[in-house]
Amino acid sequence: MNKVVALTGDQAAAEAMRQIEPDVVAAYPITPQTEIVMNFAQYVADGRVQTEMIPVESEHSAMSACVGAAASGARTMTATSANGLALMWEIVYIAASTRLPIVMPVVNRALSGPINIHCDHSDTMGARDSGWLQVYCENNQEVYENVIMAVKIAEHKDILLPVMVCQDGFITSHAVEGVKPYEDKRVKDFVGEYRIQHSLLDVDRPVTYGPLDLQDYYFEHKRQQAEAVKNSLKVIPHIFAEFKKHFGVEYDFIETYKMDDADIAIIALSSTAGTAKVVVDELRAEGKKAGLLRPRFFRPFPKEMLVQALKGLKAVAIMDRSESFSGRGGPLFAEMRSALLDEADRPLTVNYIYGLGGRDIDTKQIKSVYTDLEKIAAENKVKHLINYLGVRGEK
Amino acid sequence: MKKKGWKEIPIGGLIDKGGTAAEYKTGDWRTFRPVRDEKKCIHCLLCWMYCPDSSILVKDKKMTGFDYEHCKGCGICASICPVKCIKMDKE
Repeated sequence: MNKVVALTGDQAAAEAMRQIEPDVVAAYPITPQTEIVMNFAQYVADGRVQTEMIPVESEHSAMSACVGAAASGARTMTATSANGLALMWEIVYIAASTRLPIVMPVVNRALSGPINIHCDHSDTMGARDSGWLQVYCENNQEVYENVIMAVKIAEHKDILLPVMVCQDGFITSHAVEGVKPYEDKRVKDFVGEYRIQHSLLDVDRPVTYGPLDLQDYYFEHKRQQAEAVKNSLKVIPHIFAEFKKHFGVEYDFIETYKMDDADIAIIALSSTAGTAKVVVDELRAEGKKAGLLRPRFFRPFPKEMLVQALKGLKAVAIMDRSESFSGRGGPLFAEMRSALLDEADRPLTVNYIYGLGGRDIDTKQIKSVYTDLEKIAAENKVKHLINYLGVRGEK
Repeated sequence: MKKKGWKEIPIGGLIDKGGTAAEYKTGDWRTFRPVRDEKKCIHCLLCWMYCPDSSILVKDKKMTGFDYEHCKGCGICASICPVKCIKMDKE
């Protein structure tokens, strides 16, 4: 049996990176960087990994160095958070469109301004259209396991897309939890060796990465990207199955909690889902048919599974820890509503934007959402479509 | 050249072999065309050395003309020519 060790979410990601031992890690060493890179740099300094660590002068350079390393055929990782991801922006798109399987743990924190360093999802939700796959982790064990799994997903020959492994800033990244890491060898066996098909450094078979791609072919390359993300819905389940076979742990695109006979449910990403489970248990004890649905993956967007999980429900609250300023709710809400639109028999939906800039989300607030849902279900009517939960000055 | 569909091309914009620039005709970018006075040319091949696009045609160590399918008309050859035998004519 594996030993349970006390790790923060940052340490869990760094531990996975140590075991994966990528060829190259290029990362910015100063804030907004997190302890993921600090811990990994220690492993490099201590000689525990043979990884080429490149401390760069900005996050823009970090992702640029990752692009170069990945194009050469190196298994490449970096990590970032908040404004660091924002500074990477240009190259984030280039990494995805060049189809480079870079894995990047991201600690979800608010984008300034005003200046804030605490948890929300505005950083990665802003990057949702960049062509990266995105996994959102509820707890430290998931961070650890998803970082390992992300390597296999990114490098799969039928996917070849970069992957962000997201965890909630401070709530997960700095909270110590019991994590069960696997033995180094088992992790190394699982991720295996990575061999690129066309290495930029192969002088005997020269190739060009990143050429000019104008009106004649750019569109075709975007179409390929769209297909790759869509197709990853079919490929990733094979990696889930492999993970289960190797480590005995079952994963899926979504997690359902007491959804089978539920009338009302909350849909939430990451650590908020953990808090909501406590509330679901309390409501179930009162005989109320409450459930929770947590998308683990936002890209690819597991539409069919999400819609299927909501069959027969009366009312659903979709929780967004970021604001899209569309006036039509947060990003998860918009995509869920769109997914449900084709269904004749669909639940009423309502949006709650919450927890921006690290504003605490507690069981009392989540309970109030379920109370609202009971009312919506009973009246078969949504009075307030877009709600701001936990902000002062409402109502 | 017939353009290919998205299923027929390498992913990520990769060009999976070398030397493909020759297939991409860029001569129509040109505003000024280099024209050589053959009688004045001393075949020093400075134009060949300086041309940024391999558009100076050379055979048996003699300058023989321009590759107008790729020459973009930058005028470096005319500028570098020591005997001023290349002039730039408006297309």
